[in-house]
Amino acid sequence: MTVTWDLSNVRISDQLKRAFAICKKNIRVYYIKGPVIVFGILIPLFLFGAFLIGREIPPKFLVSSLMSMSVFFTATAVAPAIMPWEGQAKTLERLVSSPVSIATIVLGDIFASFLFGVLLSLVPFALGLAIGVTVIDPATLLTGVLLASFCFSSLAAALSTWPTNIPSNVMMLMTFVKFPLLFISGIFVPIEKMPDWSRPVASLSPLTYFVDLARYSIEGINHYPISLSMVALTAFSLLFFTLAVKLHEKNMPKRL
Amino acid sequence: MEATDLTKRYGSIMAVDHISFRVEHGEFFGFLGPNGAGKTTTIRMLTGVIKPDFGTAHIMGYDIRKESLRAKQVLGILPEMANAYVDLTAWQNLMFQSELYGVSKKAREKRAVELLRKLGLYDRKDQAVKGFSKGMKQRLLLCMALVNDPRILVLDEPTTGLDVQSARLIREMLQHLARTGVTIFLTTHNMEEASQLCDRVAIINNGRIAAVDRPEKLRAATKELESIEIAFDRPIEIGSLSGLSNVIDAKKMGDKIRLYTTDPDDLIHQIVGYAKARELKIVALNVLAPSLEDIFIKLTEGK
Ligand SMILES: Nc1ncnc2c1ncn2[C@@H]1O[C@H](COP(=O)(O)OP(=O)(O)OP(=O)(O)O)[C@@H](O)[C@H]1O
Ligand SMILES: [Mg+2]
Repeated sequence: MTVTWDLSNVRISDQLKRAFAICKKNIRVYYIKGPVIVFGILIPLFLFGAFLIGREIPPKFLVSSLMSMSVFFTATAVAPAIMPWEGQAKTLERLVSSPVSIATIVLGDIFASFLFGVLLSLVPFALGLAIGVTVIDPATLLTGVLLASFCFSSLAAALSTWPTNIPSNVMMLMTFVKFPLLFISGIFVPIEKMPDWSRPVASLSPLTYFVDLARYSIEGINHYPISLSMVALTAFSLLFFTLAVKLHEKNMPKRL
Repeated sequence: MEATDLTKRYGSIMAVDHISFRVEHGEFFGFLGPNGAGKTTTIRMLTGVIKPDFGTAHIMGYDIRKESLRAKQVLGILPEMANAYVDLTAWQNLMFQSELYGVSKKAREKRAVELLRKLGLYDRKDQAVKGFSKGMKQRLLLCMALVNDPRILVLDEPTTGLDVQSARLIREMLQHLARTGVTIFLTTHNMEEASQLCDRVAIINNGRIAAVDRPEKLRAATKELESIEIAFDRPIEIGSLSGLSNVIDAKKMGDKIRLYTTDPDDLIHQIVGYAKARELKIVALNVLAPSLEDIFIKLTEGK
């Protein structure tokens, strides 16, 4: 991986601390806002509600799907717009003149999004507990949520490299990417019930692997080996992160 | 701080055209030029925000591209159109900025109090920046540029568009910093400001440096471009002023008359005498410094 951690000059621990500072700033400026939180809670519930209408769905399937949807939507809800916002609000030039690498800024954006995704996944989880669903393998579920939230946040960071300072443009791009990834993911139709031709397509969506992990942890059913799903989520994360750093390095001057 | 052959082209515009200069330790260096001269583009290359098409810059020996984080660590920067986070308070903005420079908690709190006091913002430190006036925002941005106690301070038109009081506060702060040994690089299109603050001034136009010298030397070189503008209570014949000495040129501009001179002091005395003799009332009298445009034309035609 050729991410620009300039190892000869810079202590990684210093840059990590600064990434946390950026994360804290993002939470304060972009996440702790009524509409953002309400949106984060409601959208997955609403989408799934729409999908549910007129169907008989087993509660375990409901909860695992709802958790997958929730992490996917919340981790990609705000992060894509942060760079355009910073560019528009003229706070970006100050940020990039500071002694932080692009990777540090991207990581700060990902951390905030990651926390948002993890915290809001507790909503459907609590809902599941309330209707009597039990978790078979909590450790796998937790690992899955952490990996997935990081992975989807990195995806959002990669898409935020689109060189525009108009947040709605990036959100539109995010939507174009998000819905196909959602529909091919096995969230609505379990992957083993898919027609043969569509399984390879499903394997292209990072969401597929988290859905599989969630279903294994809650329903006890899985299509891919657990370790494969975890490796896949990690690999997608690295890919998206590297892409995010490379493209931001290239496109940053266009935002100033 | 040293720039060698810095060059940046935007499409067909040469924004910065092979610029080289060197700013010594502890020097107050001015970059004087009109709109679109290439000042901001130069600063952005110098501080590692954009990549030059050609050329290099060094900050205290660090190459701004190859050792960019080290170089940025010793810099304090106030960009031209920067903004603080308006949803955060002044205090939160300062703390965030300090964290980006790795300043320890104790040190950053102490320093923030000091800076806010000096720039008259301490009482407003817990107010969201949203409610700040332009001058207050700019003073906060200067505080933000100073959180890391920089050895080199780079400012892009820090006083443009500010009221007299904020501008003066900022200039006084800069003079104070210069006395404590901080190297300062400042851009401006205000000749007065440059000559009041700077040890040396580079004059830049169309992406090129026309001259680098001490402000008084540049002034002397453009002495004959000074002028006096006068208006009397009734119109006069411009020819009747031909008796005055030290006048290089006289022009009628609306109800005013502009006289170009090398010796404004002497000319003012003569004008007073002239007005008395004819029982004219002087309604307005201004001494005008040469405009930047005039200076460029003068400096570039000499070459
Ligand atoms: N991002 C950009 N894209 C295209 N052209 C640019 C860009 N930035 C600057 N320019 C052009 O480069 C030239 C120099 O601009 P620059 O902003 O450096 O001038 P300046 O001296 O800072 O002017 P001002 O006093 O108005 O701030 C101008 O002609 C400007 O139009
Ligand atoms: Mg400028």
